[in-house]
Amino acid sequence: MNTPDFVATTNACKLCRPLGAAIAFRGIEGCVPFLHGSQGCATYMRRYIISHFNEPIDIASSSLGEKNAVYGGGPNLKLGLKNVTAKYHPQLIGVATTCLTETIGDDVPMLLAEYRRETSPAEMPLLVHVATPSYAGSHMEGFHGAVRAVIEQLAEPVPANGTINLLGGFVSAADLRYLHRLCLDFGLPATLLPDYGDTLDGPALDDYPLIPRGGTPLAAIRAMGGAKATVELGATLPEKSGGTVLRDSHGVPLHRLGLPVGIRASDALMELFAELSGRPLPEKLAASRGRLVDSLVDGHKYLFGRKALIYGEEDLVVGLTSFLAEIGIAPALCASGGKSGRLAEAIAAAIGDLPCPMPEVREDVDFQDIETLAEELGCQLVVGHSKGYALARRLHIPLVRVGFPIHDRLGGQRILHLGYEGAQGLFDTIVNTLIEWSQDSSPIGYSYM
Amino acid sequence: MNREALLSERTRQIHRKGAMPLDLDCNKDSLAGAVSQRACVFCGSRVVLYPIADALHLVHGPIGCAVYTWDIRGALSSGPELHRLSFSTDLQELDVIFGGEKKLEKALLELIARHSPKAAFVYSTCIVGIIGDDLAAVCRKVAAKTGIPVLPVQSEGFKGNKRAGYEAACAAMAQLVGTGDISGISPHSINIVGDFNLAGEIWLIRDYFTELGIEVVANITGDGRVDDIRRCHGAALNVVQCSGATMDLARIMEERYGTPFLRVSYFGVEDMAEALYAVARHFGDEDMLEKARQLVKRELAGLLPQLASYRRKLAGKKAAIYVGGAFKAFSLVKAFRLLGMSVVLVGSQTGTREDYLELERICDPGTIIVDDSNPLELATFLKEKEVDLFVGGVKERPIAYKLGVAFCDHNHERKQMLAGFAGMENFAREVHDSVMSPVWRFVPRRHKEVRP
Repeated sequence: MNTPDFVATTNACKLCRPLGAAIAFRGIEGCVPFLHGSQGCATYMRRYIISHFNEPIDIASSSLGEKNAVYGGGPNLKLGLKNVTAKYHPQLIGVATTCLTETIGDDVPMLLAEYRRETSPAEMPLLVHVATPSYAGSHMEGFHGAVRAVIEQLAEPVPANGTINLLGGFVSAADLRYLHRLCLDFGLPATLLPDYGDTLDGPALDDYPLIPRGGTPLAAIRAMGGAKATVELGATLPEKSGGTVLRDSHGVPLHRLGLPVGIRASDALMELFAELSGRPLPEKLAASRGRLVDSLVDGHKYLFGRKALIYGEEDLVVGLTSFLAEIGIAPALCASGGKSGRLAEAIAAAIGDLPCPMPEVREDVDFQDIETLAEELGCQLVVGHSKGYALARRLHIPLVRVGFPIHDRLGGQRILHLGYEGAQGLFDTIVNTLIEWSQDSSPIGYSYM
Repeated sequence: MNREALLSERTRQIHRKGAMPLDLDCNKDSLAGAVSQRACVFCGSRVVLYPIADALHLVHGPIGCAVYTWDIRGALSSGPELHRLSFSTDLQELDVIFGGEKKLEKALLELIARHSPKAAFVYSTCIVGIIGDDLAAVCRKVAAKTGIPVLPVQSEGFKGNKRAGYEAACAAMAQLVGTGDISGISPHSINIVGDFNLAGEIWLIRDYFTELGIEVVANITGDGRVDDIRRCHGAALNVVQCSGATMDLARIMEERYGTPFLRVSYFGVEDMAEALYAVARHFGDEDMLEKARQLVKRELAGLLPQLASYRRKLAGKKAAIYVGGAFKAFSLVKAFRLLGMSVVLVGSQTGTREDYLELERICDPGTIIVDDSNPLELATFLKEKEVDLFVGGVKERPIAYKLGVAFCDHNHERKQMLAGFAGMENFAREVHDSVMSPVWRFVPRRHKEVRP
């Protein structure tokens, strides 16, 4: 366990800020993510993201060298934009900074303004800029920051158009596709931002997709200010976000809900969609909710009182904790490398009136802390991304893989976490993981549950 | 060539054998906006030093550099596994404003107290150079306090390319070399330099050398140990693989201690055998040479029939290579030839002029040779050359797979050893299994071609 004044980080439970921005930009139609910094940042993040999605993700870089670090990165930034434009023909380039360019003090908005002046309009994609110094905040600040920047810089004053804006947060590709279906089911025309449901989980193709099909259409982003409501998902969102910009600058009413993981959080989203659409819960959703509840009953005895460790991004941790508490698991430790300052409060609210003791909640912790605490608390189940595998192995307890990154299994992008369907999948996985665990460690080898 | 795929600034880094004499531009900074497959100086240092298993590897900077390199390589250790943890000073805004030296010192002291490493490597990242932290001074101070070597690695990401990182890593290691006791080392002794023990490869290579009666003083750096590196100047010869990464150390040792070096490769039948013969020849020991012949004969007796059966299926298929170091590419070209396959594209992130001249020499006419390439170029070449199998790392894999091209993982995290005679069989099997898989018949680009 790290003592309170321990300063080193061992096995961080967070990623750096530009990575979140790169993923968010990848969810916009025709967009190339671009990092203003050393070549290594873009390459490391590509590698990290590819290992989860098993999909191409081209992230451009201004590839700064020593001279640029001394005299400023402007020329390389402009050359990079020109080259990306020439080869990728993007509609949008999403420029995120890095610790290097923030520290040397490059004024990126000014450089982009210069580039716009110096470049012929015919060769000019849209440019969006977000400051993502990796010494302040984690990948989640980068993700939300990019979403906000896209809205601030692209949404226009438009007449009311009856759509809704859905800011889904950092969820899986399957989750994004599910949110799309949900809006369709309620007959709600929606702009889902970002949307990497296809761009980071695409089909086999005839050609290498420099910019894969899919993503939030730019026309839809421009019209977000005319929506009748914004639904922003996440229980620990920053004070200023894409949703608050749309509310404060365009007058779009904002509804903030936690990620719809589990029954109550999904119910809350369905109720909101019912209200916004003026339609009752569609029959097929009611049916999937019914099946989910039925299965909870079937499996409840295998779960009750099992102590769980849950870690990852704060929003996901809140959602998962809420769900695990619903099914009778005892969340014992909820941990994140993020530090919103709101995690404990959000977890208490998510547990609500369920008969579940308040778990230990830790923000700004690394896996060294998490492992020590999980052992002290006697956790029997781990729910989180792949990076907890080492500790689960050492503590000899099962790991249920969710979230990002999943580097040691195939199909992380296809894990569905949200809604009744997501809860159904998670529930079956969790129950079966525990059953398999006791079956494998039993000397008898029972052939019934 | 598809002009559309090529940025004008990149034309001098691409060559087609036969068109004109090779005059390839290389070892330069990556072009902005070209989406290079390269990483940075830090990456170069990190990959070289990473496998030293009983050292503390502390990354001084914001969290990204440490977290993206956490347990990133399949560099196995037969003992301690400190290298598999990811340590960072996780610099925050205030550290950037007021300097990170105090935090670095404290982080080092607490981590050294917790893990009792034999040495500590402290990696500098981009902003450390900018905010002006005196890494060397902090390292000296902590070394004095703790009594272990604490070595700064000057690996600011922007200060050149991956190759500069190799040099920084070698410079850090060179500070360890010469500080250990070398008594009792056999005159027939070597250091295995430039193998990283992915999937346990160095253990296999060590066994081969041991069988020849050679004492291996230090593995540099696969399954590496600080104390071995401290006494590695006692070895009679440095046997250097992956010359890009560790050549500098061999040169430093030649200059400082007169230790000669040999460049070898353990990949592929020819190069593996030649590595053993070359070392035996170096020692001028007929008995050792005979042992090497016997070893090669024995291994080939088992291997060649296997290879023949793979060759029957793979003959005539076309391969493409894109790897980090060009030296690895030489061996791959020969290995594919042994399988009856032709190489139509070969490139590397960090090749030198000499490397590319050698590549051109061993390649067939028409082969594309490329330095510091990117997804667009690679995809274009794969299609143009109708490649059947691509060999590369994690970032090359999705390019191949999207296009319906088979793939051989020659990356840092692989679980299969590819070195040595056993490795050659693994390589052939992996190539075979990917090329022959029925999944390609469902892939759009290959649909017409594969279907009868």
